[in-house]
Amino acid sequence: MTATDTQRAIDAVWRIESAKLIAGLARIVHDVGLAEDLAQDALVAALEKWPETGVPDNPGAWLMATAKHRAIDQLRRQKLLERKHEQLGHELDARQDSTVPDLDAAIDDDIGDDLLRLVFIACHPVLSTEARVALTLRLLGGLTTDEIARAFLVPESTIAQRIVRAKRTLADAHVPFEVPRGTELAERVSSVLGVIYLIFNEGYSATTGDDWMRPALCDDALRLGRILAELAPAEPEVHGLVALMEIQASRSRARVGPSGEPVLLLDQDRARWDQMLIHRGLDALERAEELGGAEGPYAMQAAIAACHARARTADDTDWKRIAALYERLARLTPSPVVELNRAVAVAMAYGPAEGLALVDKLVSEPALRNYHLLPSVRGDFLAKLGRMDEARTELERAASLTRNARERELLLSRAAACTGITSTGL
Amino acid sequence: MKFMMIIKANKDSEAGVMPSAKLLLAMGKYNEQLVKSGVLLAADGLQASSKGARINFANGKNTVVDGPFAETKELIAGYWIIQVKSKAEAVEWARRVPFDVDGPQSGSGQIEIRQLFEAADFEPELSGSPEGRALLDAEESFRKRTNS
Repeated sequence: MTATDTQRAIDAVWRIESAKLIAGLARIVHDVGLAEDLAQDALVAALEKWPETGVPDNPGAWLMATAKHRAIDQLRRQKLLERKHEQLGHELDARQDSTVPDLDAAIDDDIGDDLLRLVFIACHPVLSTEARVALTLRLLGGLTTDEIARAFLVPESTIAQRIVRAKRTLADAHVPFEVPRGTELAERVSSVLGVIYLIFNEGYSATTGDDWMRPALCDDALRLGRILAELAPAEPEVHGLVALMEIQASRSRARVGPSGEPVLLLDQDRARWDQMLIHRGLDALERAEELGGAEGPYAMQAAIAACHARARTADDTDWKRIAALYERLARLTPSPVVELNRAVAVAMAYGPAEGLALVDKLVSEPALRNYHLLPSVRGDFLAKLGRMDEARTELERAASLTRNARERELLLSRAAACTGITSTGL
Repeated sequence: MKFMMIIKANKDSEAGVMPSAKLLLAMGKYNEQLVKSGVLLAADGLQASSKGARINFANGKNTVVDGPFAETKELIAGYWIIQVKSKAEAVEWARRVPFDVDGPQSGSGQIEIRQLFEAADFEPELSGSPEGRALLDAEESFRKRTNS
């Protein structure tokens, strides 16, 4: 193996093992920041040793053993509780006596719980959303600071500071390394799902710059979601979110045209939709529904996405079902954006006049004031109803509100198409 | 990135001999690790080539040949499809596939990994004006819900 090959192999091992490593250490030292430092120390040791010895057969165990030795040194140096040292030393001795497969089993038994604790602490409400995102990608996604910075288009130092401050906040607040219980659990799960979905969205649709997608973040979010589905299989909304992400990701090959232009859902070549991901998404949705979670917001959004996924052609789309799902969703989580989406579905199911009636009620909504999709939708309905001058005005307004250059071009071309067409179509 | 990990056939798999309990257990744990790590997309075992067939195409005609086929080591016996960040990560997962050291094959075998074609492989040319039609991507606006 060349030096580069070994480096790449070590990076790959890190991606696979780092979250479990940090989680296991965090349980022992009760400090996420220290746990990460110890894990990094183990990585440095690997970078020194493995180019000579080759990557070990059980790299996870090697890293954990190395990190635990350093943890003992650390505890000894910090003169922490003698009891803790004995506990750890005893644990380490017991594991050294066992054969390697037993070590695996011992780690596996505990590690699910530890990973789950790590997930909850990385998304703790005491942290800002930005901090939760950075910490989650760092501790659970195994991304480097540089990778996170590039994904979110900010300087590396910004992310580095964000992570340092986040760890300090968690330490200062004495946030316990535990899985939330009782009434707190639902809310905490919701906050974790929010972080994962935010990461997915960031990857799925850039709002600044010319690129339509940054696919890597979608993969990271999907992976985190799938991991969480195994760690917390009884939580229906976790499966709901995974279903939503799998189905949305299934369209990635169809969303960009040959010139890099965005292709809207109803125009997409459905042969390019990834049926494997659709299948996984529908399975996940079924899991959510079997757990009684059909009314959860993510499950409902996934159900809407599933309606599109099941339609072989755009014309086959069950718009009445989608409109009904949006109506249920609007009752569960009322928001102007949900209403806007409902209006689109209603228009498809019952005609543009019905849709326009709903959208007109949203025109004065403060939350949608600078939201380009509102005038975009309204412009579309007006055009379909032959009110071309009004349609053009709305589409031009929409173009002025979007920060995505390609989207702006799309809207301006739609506006220009309204010129010179009268209501008779001549 | 998506990779297919292909496990090659051996005398036992071609003879339809079931793997040992020990290997089944190890394989089960391995598959569980793939699922728990969020990387497994799909996996299946393939039955012996004696149950399969080949269709050979030549000069505009095709002929069907029933299995079994001779070149055991080149035949495929199963596959996983995984989603990972790099080829190196796929290699690392492939290295962890369990083989039964105590079994008749003495723990020997082969995994081949192959990358799947994906969106990024169809590099769009950045020229020309965008086309567009007046329809809305309802999901896209919905995704922004958590941010707005």
